Amino acid sequence: MQTVLKRRARKQAGKALMYLLLIAVGILMIYPLIWLLFASFKPNEEIFGSASLLPKNPVLDSYSAGWKGSGQFTFGTFLWNTFLLVVPTVLLTLLSSVLVAYGFARFRFPGHKILFGLMISTMMLPNAVVIIPRYILYNKFGLLNSYHPFYLPAALACYPFFIFMLIQFFRGLPKDLDESAKIDGCNSFTILVRILLPLAKPALFSAAIFQFVWTWNDFFNSLIYVSSVSKYPVSLGLRMSLDSADAAHWNQIFAMSIVSILPCVLLFFTAQKYFVEGVATSGIKG
Amino acid sequence: MKAWSRFRSKLRQHDCIGLIYILPWILGFLCLQLYPLASSLWYSFTDYSALGEATFIGLENYKNIFQFDYNFGQSLKVTLLYVAVTVPMKLVFALFIAMLLSARLRAVNLFRTVYYIPSILGASVAVATLWRFMFMRDGMINGMLRSLGLDAQTDWIGDARFALLTISLLAVWQFGSSMVLFLAGIKQIPRDLYEAASIDGASKVRQFFVITIPMLTPIIFFNIIMQTITAFQDFTAPFLITSGGPANGTYLYGMYLYDNAFRYYKMGYASALSWVLFAIIIAFTLLLFRTSAKWVFYTEDK
Repeated sequence: MQTVLKRRARKQAGKALMYLLLIAVGILMIYPLIWLLFASFKPNEEIFGSASLLPKNPVLDSYSAGWKGSGQFTFGTFLWNTFLLVVPTVLLTLLSSVLVAYGFARFRFPGHKILFGLMISTMMLPNAVVIIPRYILYNKFGLLNSYHPFYLPAALACYPFFIFMLIQFFRGLPKDLDESAKIDGCNSFTILVRILLPLAKPALFSAAIFQFVWTWNDFFNSLIYVSSVSKYPVSLGLRMSLDSADAAHWNQIFAMSIVSILPCVLLFFTAQKYFVEGVATSGIKG
Repeated sequence: MKAWSRFRSKLRQHDCIGLIYILPWILGFLCLQLYPLASSLWYSFTDYSALGEATFIGLENYKNIFQFDYNFGQSLKVTLLYVAVTVPMKLVFALFIAMLLSARLRAVNLFRTVYYIPSILGASVAVATLWRFMFMRDGMINGMLRSLGLDAQTDWIGDARFALLTISLLAVWQFGSSMVLFLAGIKQIPRDLYEAASIDGASKVRQFFVITIPMLTPIIFFNIIMQTITAFQDFTAPFLITSGGPANGTYLYGMYLYDNAFRYYKMGYASALSWVLFAIIIAFTLLLFRTSAKWVFYTEDK
């Protein structure tokens, strides 16, 4: 009797320890972000001067001044640009990936195996090797300093992770569905649109959300392809204010940092279950 | 019989439709992956710059890289160090957290969400900015250390001893997707293995090493490969946080490539550099695949 009690007590203590660890590590993990949020309401002297998390004299002008920016363009322009860049990219990615995944998952066309192998192997193709010729290619066609370098790879299904994720999902749907729909007079396209897509909503959400976040945060491609300030997305706009501002404007930079990550944070919290499912089914990097 | 052959040809017809569905990918593969791959190999044997014409110069670029380019050796050294620090730290941390989360606790989903946030935001300019501020001499980290009574004067970004570690930490901080993969893998491990082991008197620690780790080796393998390929090309963090400094101590290969291609517009030379990187990544991946037979464990029914 006593040993049972002892064991139970030890188990309880172990659990408590685990909770403690999880909470401590969790706080450590997101502390920088919480700090960022509060720092964006601090006046500048306080950012450097005090170690306390909460602002003593909260201000809001960091947001208004940061939004106005130092140049010709407000942060509103950068945000709008980012939407113009991200939303079509996401939609095109979804459209192309769905079609390609459906093709791979449901049809045994000649060369299926080889093409599938090629598609999977492009997952490991380092971006560094193709980026220079792509740049030269876009340059030749006069597509630099526009968002086409983002739209094109999306429209042409250059994101094997999403294709693979959707293939996995389609394979999980029973083929009888297709068969019975065919008997009811559906052709292959209407099977996809009427039968499979409604069922694939979770996978579609996952892909859309990941592509949204990646494109939203992307810095490297924007840096290379977008050169005029009027077309800057937030990543470049933020970096510009970082470069141009002297140390006196940290709170404005923090404020705009918060603005720039807010859409991703909101999206993550409303749809976090899709993130996790997406990673688990396809092994997305990140 | 006739009906049967008509049915078969119809079936085949139907299946060839698949090629139409994958047409976008075929186009994308040819134009945006295969063609760039081939042409970057071609450029690597030329002196192509954004201004002039490409002239074939044979192995000149590669010779210059290996013989005369001090920055190549430096950035390669730094990158290897960065990969060697970042990838294991990230995976160990991810596995550790996944183990904690896999215990049947309440509020696991909440924890999982919190731990995943850095992976969503970590690549953004905002977080790079935050990191730069945190690790400055008068930044948040030193501020916290001072409030604990320490005389913290370290310039984490400007000090050659810590700069690389500082940007490695940012990468490790984004361990979320490895964690989720580990979590999914742990859930797949049959419970009865553990039950059998504990009946045999194996301790929890021993169970971890003889059951959990071997069962997770396919996922560990996958994670190592993907994370290494990513880490070899990391660019944003060193570019925005340390600008490659101090004394090129964080001058990662990705940045070095960027400088050659898009600052000096030495496209030919940069293409050669990218192929050297590609070769290193391929060599590393092959090596890993070779050794995988020895340590990656696949359950029989797979």
